[in-house]
Amino acid sequence: MALLTKDEAYALMKKVLSYSKAEECEVNLNSSENGNIRYAINSVSTSGKTFSSTLVVQSSYGKKMGVATINEFDDASLEKVVRRSEELAQLAPENPEYVGVLGPQTYKEAKTFIPATAAVTPKQRADMVEQSLAVAKKSNAIAAGFLEDSAYMAAMMNSKGLMAYNTGTNVNFSVTMRTQDAKGSGYAIRGFNDVTKMDTKLASEIAAEKAVKSATAKAIEPGKYTVILEPAAAAVLLENIFFNLDARSADEGRSFLSKPGGTTKLGEKLVDERVNIYSDPMHPDMPTSTWNGDGRPQEKISWIEKGVIKNLTYSRYWAEKKGVKAIPGPDSAIMEGGTKTLEELIAGTKKGILVTKLWYIRSVDPQSLLLTGLTRDGTFYIENGKIQYPIKNFRFNESPIIMLNNLEEIGKVERTVSTESNNNYLIPPLKVRDFTFSSLSDAV
Amino acid sequence: MGAAATMLPAIPIVGSPISPERALEAVDPAMKKRLADVALNAGRSRGATYVDVRIGRYLNQFVVTREEKVQNIVNTESFGLGVRVIANGSWGFAATDKLDNDSVAKAAEAAVAIAKENSRLQTKPVQLAPQKGHGEVSWKAPIAKNAFEVPIKEKVDLLLNVNSEAMKAGANYITSLLFLVNEQKYFASTDGSYIDQDIHRIWPAFFITKIDAASGKFETRNSLSAPMGMGYEYLDWRPQDKINSVTTLYKGRYDMLEDAKAGGRQAGEKITAKSVDAGKYDLVLDPSHLWLTIHESVGHPTELDRVLGYEANFAGTSFLTLDKWQSKKFNFGNNLVNIVADKTQVGSLGAVGYDDEGVQCGKWDLIKDGVLVNYQTIRDQAHILGLNASQGCCYADNWSSVQFQRMPNVSLQPGKEKKSVDDLIKGVEKGIYIVGDGSFSIDQQRYNFQFGGQLFYEIKNGKIDGMLKDVAYQSNTQEFWNACGGMADESDYRLGGAFGDGKGQPPQSNAVSHGSSTTRFNGVNVINTARKI
Repeated sequence: MALLTKDEAYALMKKVLSYSKAEECEVNLNSSENGNIRYAINSVSTSGKTFSSTLVVQSSYGKKMGVATINEFDDASLEKVVRRSEELAQLAPENPEYVGVLGPQTYKEAKTFIPATAAVTPKQRADMVEQSLAVAKKSNAIAAGFLEDSAYMAAMMNSKGLMAYNTGTNVNFSVTMRTQDAKGSGYAIRGFNDVTKMDTKLASEIAAEKAVKSATAKAIEPGKYTVILEPAAAAVLLENIFFNLDARSADEGRSFLSKPGGTTKLGEKLVDERVNIYSDPMHPDMPTSTWNGDGRPQEKISWIEKGVIKNLTYSRYWAEKKGVKAIPGPDSAIMEGGTKTLEELIAGTKKGILVTKLWYIRSVDPQSLLLTGLTRDGTFYIENGKIQYPIKNFRFNESPIIMLNNLEEIGKVERTVSTESNNNYLIPPLKVRDFTFSSLSDAV
Repeated sequence: MGAAATMLPAIPIVGSPISPERALEAVDPAMKKRLADVALNAGRSRGATYVDVRIGRYLNQFVVTREEKVQNIVNTESFGLGVRVIANGSWGFAATDKLDNDSVAKAAEAAVAIAKENSRLQTKPVQLAPQKGHGEVSWKAPIAKNAFEVPIKEKVDLLLNVNSEAMKAGANYITSLLFLVNEQKYFASTDGSYIDQDIHRIWPAFFITKIDAASGKFETRNSLSAPMGMGYEYLDWRPQDKINSVTTLYKGRYDMLEDAKAGGRQAGEKITAKSVDAGKYDLVLDPSHLWLTIHESVGHPTELDRVLGYEANFAGTSFLTLDKWQSKKFNFGNNLVNIVADKTQVGSLGAVGYDDEGVQCGKWDLIKDGVLVNYQTIRDQAHILGLNASQGCCYADNWSSVQFQRMPNVSLQPGKEKKSVDDLIKGVEKGIYIVGDGSFSIDQQRYNFQFGGQLFYEIKNGKIDGMLKDVAYQSNTQEFWNACGGMADESDYRLGGAFGDGKGQPPQSNAVSHGSSTTRFNGVNVINTARKI
């Protein structure tokens, strides 16, 4: 089943709105087609394909709001879902924080849809996995991996005249290669909108090389070390900053951005002045949607500029209460990089540890943004500008805020995927001093 | 991955919003059987040697409030069909939310096509443990009060009262919620099973924040409730369901108002509590805390799919390799440690009559007198352990997800001798008594872990000596369970649990309970988590 075109989606939503008798009505229409293939122990394990579409109708009377949904699109079903949302709205308690639907907005045309990705077949998926399995065979490694592609359509329309439409595609691939003796393990992850950019062979070769090089790791004492974080490792720490930019939590005094006396750190320098973090839905290397779920435009915006917190995210209610612009949370984030490659960062390091991946990241203290987690799938000791030997995995306890104050160098930006949230980011490798490893792990 | 249940932002909102009344409408089993037969026949006619079909209706209700406001009331329904086949010795799966004969047949055909395409990459054909057909059978969770039948107003009133009591007791902010689940699952397979099941779950929870304006410090205190495989009766507490301790603890039923009052007060106490001195302590762990340590350090490493390498790319593998099991003498813990897997425990999150490949559920030992004796398996793994039947651990979180090996309830058995929590504390010279679950993290083979908690009390010379904060403990799974210093008896046994345990690619959520009595662990490494930014 094909995704609806803009005209088809708008025609359907106009029909839905024509049934509305509420003071305000808003319609969201979403369809997605997902395919995946999973393999382990050098063989395909599971694989599947799903298609689903949903129409969400929100009706409101004053501050009473009701939502209903349906996945059948004949006229009777469309009218039924509108009536049901209206009944729910009449029954609902008033929500003093309900601010009504948004009026018409102007959006840029998103660059998120790539036809080749939407057309991926089961054979193509199997072929891409076959390339990875061939690397495993050649390297005498044991491969486990996952390839997932999706195509989606999102559209919305409301009784105030707002109309929005977007289509997009994504493909993510991750692979773990382990040595036959289970003493070495390597990993690679890649994400793109365009499947033709996905090179499962190259990613698998990187994972296999890390597996071989990480085997028979030595234990070194936990403590504070200079680390070089590959982009995938940096991303899972940094995204905890991106997820916690909510202005309301900061204003209420329960965020790492809160200050004594009820003020916030907005406008203050919080990290090293070389740190610049922003989001941009039109970035050519990582396009994202140009509007968010409640219809607000997603624009290029700076979050941290020269180490200073420049903007926070707001719900429409909180922005109205504070009399500021309601900046939505971004779909992704970009940290500005430098010019050095990972290899150059290693070459300039007297003593340090190369961290290729971090795992099981959890918040320990929201006040300081302290996180814990472990290194995984390839951790290496660096001395005199060279990787000397693989080391056993560590548990760390560290805050990304402290980490960005201990910044030594920033490398060249890469598109990477968070192994925790599955979000795509543009993140450079980072060299950081005094990174806190608190204990050793026997895990490979 | 671990139990996402403890983190509010991690609540998965699966499904589409519907009216509360619609959740009470039943789906005719005859219609489900007809559709199932369409899928079974379509799969077979395309060359599948085995087909199973799951028709799932997944109902959720969320009622979310903060302070004096209702934030959200959402009813969702997800209804559709997933069909899994073996063709050319390989698995294939497809799913659809269009429940007409044509769409269902097409889904079955797509599953066969995928299986055939993938079979060229298969090294060994899938080998299923034998399973007899059960014919047309049904199973219903033994609930006393269907939570979906309780009026929304009653739920809203409860939560707003909870918030009010917490605020009166000193909380600055509170979010409270009720998360209700009803899984109506129909399973059919070419083995001749047609199984209709009705499963209910409930999770009442709150999250309190206390702020010290002058210092800018804040502390949180989460509810001590457990998500349960129960109806609304979980909130109808009785005096016999309460255990008096440093704070009231709850056994099988929950007094949310009382816990909110205590929570408001304790969040304030945490602000001024002593910051822990890092070092070795004997830990006395309440079941409201210990469930999560059991989940991460016992539940996950005994999953056979992890042991074999099927989860190597995401959740990881396991240190409990087959050679350790084959040796019959691997000391997972000391001889006080007995841990069972159980898919039948009444009131637990994991209880069902049959798993998602039509296997009748049961109970078995995982760790017996400290020794690793078994794992958790499904039909295509049973032969690896020399078993001629699956242990019934197959589960999919939705009709659109493919079923795979998921954790049953995994529980630490209580002590055989009569012993109270006070008896345990009396024997501790330098220790910490921990109540409630907090931060959690463990490595990909389940050796090294770190856990926080909700409430920490210092034990000095056999007595509780005030509250501590900034506490987390780190250990190695085998060392930890070999440091077990005894547990309270059966009268203290309680369930905790995870509402949304994540595993798999794409990730799927599983609900599972873990029981224990309060248990002591000797000489565990405690770190101080306070930092300045």
